[in-house]
This record gives sequence, C-alpha cells and structure tokens, in this order.
Amino acid sequence: MAKKKAEGYLSGREARRISKENRRITNEFEKQRKRKNVPESEYLTQMRDPNNTVEFDNLHTYFFTDAGTVKAVDGVSFDVPIGKTVGVVGESGCGKSVTSLSLMQLLQRPQGQVVEGAIRLNLGDKAYDVTKMPNEKMQNLRGNFMSMIFQEPMTSLNPVFRIGDQVDEVIALHHGEGKTKEQIAERTIELLEMVGIANSRGVYKMYPHELSGGMRQRVMIAMALACSPRLIIADEPTTALDVTIQAQVLDLLRSLKDKINSSIMFITHDLGVIAEMADYVVVMYAGRVVEKGTVEEIFHNPAHPYTIGLMASKPVVGKQVDKLYSIPGKVPNPINMPNYCYFKDRCEMCVAGCEGEYPHEISLSPTHKVTCYRYYDKTDKGGDR
Amino acid sequence: MAKTEKKAPAGNKIGNLAIDNTFTPVTYDPQYILMVNKLKKYFPIKGGMVSKTVGYVRAVDGITFNLKRGTTMGLVGESGCGKTTAGRTILRLSGDKTGGQVLFNGQEVYDLSPKEMRAMRTKMQIIFQDPFSSLSPRLPVGEIIGEAVREHNLVPKDQFDDYIDQVMDNCGLQPFHKDRYPHEFSGGQRQRICIARALALNPEFVVCDEPVSALDVSIQAQIINLLRELQEKYNLTYLFISHDLSVVEHISDTVGVMYLGNLVEYGATADIFRNPLHPYTKALFSAIPIPDPGAKMSRIVLEGSIPSPANPPSGCKFHTRCANCMERCKVEAPEQKEIEPGHFVVCHLYDK
Repeated sequence: MAKKKAEGYLSGREARRISKENRRITNEFEKQRKRKNVPESEYLTQMRDPNNTVEFDNLHTYFFTDAGTVKAVDGVSFDVPIGKTVGVVGESGCGKSVTSLSLMQLLQRPQGQVVEGAIRLNLGDKAYDVTKMPNEKMQNLRGNFMSMIFQEPMTSLNPVFRIGDQVDEVIALHHGEGKTKEQIAERTIELLEMVGIANSRGVYKMYPHELSGGMRQRVMIAMALACSPRLIIADEPTTALDVTIQAQVLDLLRSLKDKINSSIMFITHDLGVIAEMADYVVVMYAGRVVEKGTVEEIFHNPAHPYTIGLMASKPVVGKQVDKLYSIPGKVPNPINMPNYCYFKDRCEMCVAGCEGEYPHEISLSPTHKVTCYRYYDKTDKGGDR
Repeated sequence: MAKTEKKAPAGNKIGNLAIDNTFTPVTYDPQYILMVNKLKKYFPIKGGMVSKTVGYVRAVDGITFNLKRGTTMGLVGESGCGKTTAGRTILRLSGDKTGGQVLFNGQEVYDLSPKEMRAMRTKMQIIFQDPFSSLSPRLPVGEIIGEAVREHNLVPKDQFDDYIDQVMDNCGLQPFHKDRYPHEFSGGQRQRICIARALALNPEFVVCDEPVSALDVSIQAQIINLLRELQEKYNLTYLFISHDLSVVEHISDTVGVMYLGNLVEYGATADIFRNPLHPYTKALFSAIPIPDPGAKMSRIVLEGSIPSPANPPSGCKFHTRCANCMERCKVEAPEQKEIEPGHFVVCHLYDK
C-alpha cells in the first residue's frame, strides 16, 4: 500500500523527517493503548440504535509509513444490525480488511492507528467504544464477542500443532475456567461436528496439512465460533475455495448464524456470494463508503458509478456479452488522495458538480445511501449526515 | 498419504502398481492443433525402507479431447482434480507421461529429443496462476520478457529492444516499465507481464493456468479482454484452466469438466452450460453463486469431499458422491460417449 510513485520521489532526508514525525505520533497512540487499569468509564458509550451489534462512526484508520501517511480508511460509517449479515465489497486495497482489523484492534502496529471516529460494540447491557479501549481489555472481547475467520485457511492455521490443540486453546483461554482438559476436548469435538466434519475425533488428532482447503476453513470457522460470538467477521472466507466447497461453507455459515443468533460482517469481492449471503451491502472505494443499502437496492438499483461498473465487469453464467466492461484507470495513490471525488478520474458518468470537493452522502431511500454528485438535485442540498 | 498406503493389504498394493496402458492411437486430423488421447500422468508414492514405489497418485487418469486451432477450451473442476497437472503434462513440463498420446500439430510431444523439444517450446507456452510468485524478483521486466526471446534467437540483436517494446505494448505495458522490477507492479500489471512473457515467443498454443484467480473483479475483466484481443490478433489457441465457471463460460468455446483425474464431460460451452449431463457437472453448476438476491437456487450439495487420487473408488470415480448412483457404477468404469454432436459424457446414465 505504501508503494511509492516515481514522481513521488522522496529524498533520504525527507524520508527520515517523515519517519521521525511518524514515530512521535504513533508513540503517543501506543502510550494511550498500553496503559494499565484504565477506568471503564473511559470507553463506555451509548449505542445510537440498540438493535445494532456494531456501529462504525466516521472511522479513520491511517498508516504512518516512511513514504507518507496512507489513509486506508477515511471516514467510514455503517451499522451491523443484530442477527443480520452485512456484506462489504470493494477492490483489494480499498480498506475492507482494515475496517475489520480496526474493529478487532489487530492492525499492524505501531504504523497502523485509528486516529479518529468510534466503533461502538453492543455487549447487551452496555456498549464499549473499541477505539478507546486499552490493549489488556481487548483480550476479553476478541473471541468472546467478536471473532474473525481469516482469508486463507492454508496459512492461518499453525502447521506444527494438531487441530485439536489449536481449537482447545481458544476454549481454554476464554471459557476454560473450571473445566478439565477432557471437557474442553469434548467441546472441541462437538464444535468440529457442528461445522460438518464427519470424522471429528480423527480430525482432532490431525495436523493442518492432512486436511483439504475446505476442511481447514471449517476448522477456522469452528475456532471462530468456539465462544458463540455476537459478531463473526468473515474476511473473504471462500475466496480460496472451490465453488462446491464454497457452497458448503456458505450454507454452514448461514445455518450457524441462525443457531447462535449472531451477526456476520462478510468481506468479499465476489458479488455473487454477497447477493446470496448478505442482508445489507456496503460498497467501499479507496477507503470510503461510496454506497450502502439493502441487498435488493444495491443489486437491482445500483446508484454509484463504481457499483455499476463493478456489476458490469463480472461475467455472469447464462449472460453472453462480447466484451466485458472494465473500469478504466486505476485507484488513486493512497498517500496523495485528490480533494475531489476519488472516483472522478475513472468515472464515465461525470456531471458538472464533480469538479467540487468530495461529495457527501445522499439518501435515496431510508436505507439506501450514495456518495455521488449525480444525485444531488434529487434530494435537498443539505443531505442527511 | 504414504502412511495409509502402507497399511493397505498386500493384494491391494499389487493392484495399485499395475498400470493399465492400453489405448488405440489416434491419427492426426489437421483441423486440430492439439489432440490428447487417453493421457495419463501418475506420480509414484515412495515408501518403506528402500523407497520402493508402493502406489501411484493418479493425477491425470486417461483424458481425451481435441482442440481446434484458434479456439479456447476451458478446463474446470475442483482443486486437486488434476487440471493443472493435465496442462503441465500436455506441455511436457512434469517429467514423463505415464501413458497416452499428446499430438501437437500432429507431432507426438513426448517423442521429441531434448533439442527438438527446446524448439517446440516456443510454440507452446504457459501463463501461471500466481503473478506474485511466478516472476523472478531479481530481474527487470524487460529481461523477464526478453530472456527466452534472446535464448531462442527469435529476433536479430539490433531489433531486440524494439521487439520487446512492441510485445509490451500489445499487452498494455508502457516502454518505461522495462527497467522496473516486478515488486513495483500491481497484481493486474504483473499478470500482463506474465502474458507478455508467454507471447513474446509467438506461440501457437498457450496454457492459461488460472490466470485471473488471484485478481480483483475489475482487473479480471481487463485481463480477460486482453487475452481475447490477443487471441483474435494472433489466432492463438488457449487451454484455459480455471475454477471460476462464469469466467470459463465467458471465454471458452469448448469446456471440459474434470473430476479426480478424469474428464467426465466435454463439449461446446453452450451445450455444457445449457444442458449439463453428468451429475457432477450439474452439481458444480448449481453451486455457482448468482449475483441477484432474488434468484431462486436449487443447489445440489455434494456430500463429503473428493476421494484421494492415490486410492480412487472402483468403477466410476464419482459414485461415492453421486445422487444417481447405480449398482453398476460401483464396479464398471463408464466409457466416453457422444450424446449430441461434439458433446461427450462419461456416465452410465446415458448408456441407452
């Protein structure tokens, strides 16, 4: 992401100055986060709507690199309602994963920092602002209230430990009090059965390399579900899998979601998967949300040129086209973002207003929001932020 | 895998070791650039104290198809079904074949001497799956693309630079990219470099091994369009290996569906997608997610996972997961049959 353009050449002195400055900023953030015995009142907050599991409110996550500050997430707001699935779509590098990592507080430190905004997490009787929480408290949230299924099942399991030991560890860490080893192992085997592994006792003793990709992803899901989290973050869980296995994993996620009544934040670039899984869709581009709405609104009535382009560039079975549409140009350099609409240089539907500053959010319906000048005249100028 | 093999009873071992290598040789038909007949590639499993062969992984177990000049054949299937091995075996990139024939322009590829093979390599090229690991990080892009051209003396020395510029331009790369290194490029650009490297030799036949799987949707479209443009321009023939069925449908003229080393169905793209015959093909196509939230899906979910190719099921290899399994399927392996013109299927259901 910190790729340097030829024209963006930095002298050694300049780079040293930036890196010194960065260290000053990041040290400040790190100090805040490493404090011990922080009173709960500091990160206690109120949900805007108690029916949401998570609310992202104007989140800014920056990476302070030696080549400059990368605004990976630059003002992202959306909600994940309880019991629903929210799909986050976008190209790689658009900040999908960084958004979820900000929520988990698993950003690459110290370069990556949440500099502004709030992520409110609903714990039932109270709500926490994750961005203000110190490191030591996060441990209780990760795994218990939210957990993550990572992209590559091949690389996210530890190759030198048995499957059983890896799942046991999660349970022992979070729900292990007063349980014997045997009880934990029983629970692990139960989980492995729940995710559809037939030979669960055999798999318990296996190493990751003995399993196929689909099986490994099931193990990852079992680990994520070990403590019945309220929120499952699935970061491209099926990208590395075959369609048949993908279908199995999606079915599994859907049925498990209903079983433990949790929400899913589903990150992917596969629009077909989104259409099938999600209730709400958030389309991201270059660190910002360009469009959000219910799945029907986004697919039947896409409003933002980027969303329209994304839909057109995916070949669909049964629809013969001569040439696929491809969005011209490429994503702007994240270090030096323009001050107009980020998509303007690639947009084929520009209107006069596009010359101005970055557009604000326009409501097309109570749930359907779009950030584009094309819709300015359709609502009053003020918008409804 | 070797472990389970060792435990198998002795009789089974001998059964595994015998290679059935009977096939009727085909005669060359000039309309086909590539004719593959009962091609087999087994990898030996070594075990025991003296590392003797205790079994075989039947990666490619007798595939037969013909490929017309200037067309694209898509090869689809789950991972581990032998798609990639098939592509590599056709190009003679993974040692010796185990059995069968590969006729490229009527010439058996495996009969060539090493020297003749070197010359043949310029005619058949491959684009690898992962553009992040298939480019040498230590060579500038111009060198990556030009290395083979220089090696084969395809162009005179004084025209070399212009030739490389021309190739790069065809693939959507700028001349000033020549001195850059692969890490300075994005995924889509790297894939363009891989394509330029393959096309610099003026090949007739290119194996595209999942060329767009590692790319974003919008970049995918660019690369697919590029591959099609180049095909029209140079009358290229592609073997397009992919597990993304919508991409395969878009780019291919014919499609082959592989399961556990066998080609279970093969025919024109429209026939296969409109009227899939083999139960596996049906299940595979029903699993494609449709980007329309209102779409009704009647998904056939396959139970279990793909069996081990080291110890494949008897009879039809798909019978362990097939919904229409009959007694006969468990003992007798089906033969390839032509159901409609150019549409072949390997299944007992269509015997009458």
